[in-house]
Amino acid sequence: MPANRFNGFTEYGIGIGLRAPHYNHILTRKPVCDWFEIISENFMIDGGRPLHILDQILEQYKVVQHGVSMYFGSAEKANREHLRRLKELVKRTKTPWLSDHLCWGSVDGRYTHDLLPMPYTFEAAKLTAQKVREVRDFLEVPLAVENVSSYAEFHVSEMTEWDFLNEVVERADCGILLDVNNIYVSSQNHSFNPFDYVNGVPAERVAQIHIAGHSKYRKYILDTHDHPVIDPVWKLYERAIQRVGHTATLLEWDDSIPSFQEVHDEAMKADRFLSATLLATAV
Amino acid sequence: MKLHALQRTMARAVMQPLTRSERMQQTAPDGKPMRSYAARIIKPNDRLTSFERLEIYNRQYWFRVLSSMIEDFPGLRAVLGERRFEEMSKAYITDCPSRSFTLRNLGARLESWLRKHPNWAGAKQDLAVDITRLEWADIEAFDGRDEPSLGPEDLSGAADADVQLKLQPYLQLLSLKYPVDDLLLEVRQDDEDTDFASNAFQEKRKRKRVQAVAKLKPQPIFLAVHRIDDSVYFRRIEAEEYRILKALHAGKPLGEAIELGLRKTAIAREERAAAVQQWFQNWAALGWFCKL
Repeated sequence: MPANRFNGFTEYGIGIGLRAPHYNHILTRKPVCDWFEIISENFMIDGGRPLHILDQILEQYKVVQHGVSMYFGSAEKANREHLRRLKELVKRTKTPWLSDHLCWGSVDGRYTHDLLPMPYTFEAAKLTAQKVREVRDFLEVPLAVENVSSYAEFHVSEMTEWDFLNEVVERADCGILLDVNNIYVSSQNHSFNPFDYVNGVPAERVAQIHIAGHSKYRKYILDTHDHPVIDPVWKLYERAIQRVGHTATLLEWDDSIPSFQEVHDEAMKADRFLSATLLATAV
Repeated sequence: MKLHALQRTMARAVMQPLTRSERMQQTAPDGKPMRSYAARIIKPNDRLTSFERLEIYNRQYWFRVLSSMIEDFPGLRAVLGERRFEEMSKAYITDCPSRSFTLRNLGARLESWLRKHPNWAGAKQDLAVDITRLEWADIEAFDGRDEPSLGPEDLSGAADADVQLKLQPYLQLLSLKYPVDDLLLEVRQDDEDTDFASNAFQEKRKRKRVQAVAKLKPQPIFLAVHRIDDSVYFRRIEAEEYRILKALHAGKPLGEAIELGLRKTAIAREERAAAVQQWFQNWAALGWFCKL
């Protein structure tokens, strides 16, 4: 199950988000790390330092692309310039799969640069799935959509978030990047049982898993990626791994970024859950 | 409500400027109360009203785009002052919201917008426009395309007046009324020094900046914003150099570019050939020429 057609039949282990404060450490110390996830948009440029750094990373490490502004759920066509640049980057990195969020963020050509929540309607699922298919056909690489953290729900919604996710991925025949931290954040903000979500996704479509930390406020939780992973999120991760098996896992840390070693140590905590599944498989 | 209509409704609220106290406005984009506007599309829960849930996104939007402006235009912020810069940024982003998938391009229209709205900089309009141009050129030079460069040896046979020389796509050429390169370097140095500084130190820095801006006098300069080993540098060049390079950039053949560059020169006739030769050697050594 872990190596599947949605992650290019790869067997990746634990990865870390590649961030600028760690460039020097990675290039000079060459730490052991199974793979790095890059934010595609940071490298969809014409030249200069970011691309030269990326080329050096690519010489030594496996890299997977993750996007933040494809906006599969926006009710407008994909931006052609975005697609062209993304395809150029795919050729450069040879990413075995590519992910972006199940959300919207632009309307009438204006970008909010945020991951805005979808209304969980059949109309939205159909439009979103169509766009996922179009993007995948253009890029010619397996695609996985990621569930986002949300702070609002719409009156027009006709189903749960995980039913909506299933509706989209079945229609698009694409993979899932299951973000267990986002499931936890949304479960707290919308008062649902996060295990219902984890148990409700089609395990065979999970290409990758995200883990991260968040910030708790008085009335809601914000997905900030600036803290270690909390125990309830590890418990969700454990359940997810039980269901989907040994799956490529990535720790996101995007703000107040500590040393590479600290981020790496936090990511490696996932290993005890992954090892348990390997053991169970062996037995 | 259909998907496009719902997204349009929500985006209008999310992109509407915040109040002075950084809260969502009470009046919606359609002129009606924001409470009913939000309640029309968003469910409340047991802790937050529809208004409060929508407000989370409204605030996130503005915090994100304003942070991006602060990061990209520290020099303009020093010229205008922090509060005025923030107010100007809000007005700019309201008029020119992002139309790109990347925040890197958020400031692409700032120079032309500032020229149409001189009220924001007042007496410092020329200075504000100059520093904005420099900061945008810096962004363009940082990640602009580079092509295999031609060295001095490649140019040795390029004495033909009809030959065309291409400049590196990342190279930016500026004609400025103020020496804003010095100002920007000073601002950046201050920012590096005071990342972890106390409030008192930051206040002192603010005063120092106000003084630096106040004492800056007009002095026309010509600047090449370029790249060496992936780092961006500002190189002051002569007016003649600027004109030749601009002409080459516009696709003029070598002979015509040199003629245009030297048309109003004060350099003595007998010294011109040596000057031109030296400039071309320097530019080639810096890797500014590339294959057509």
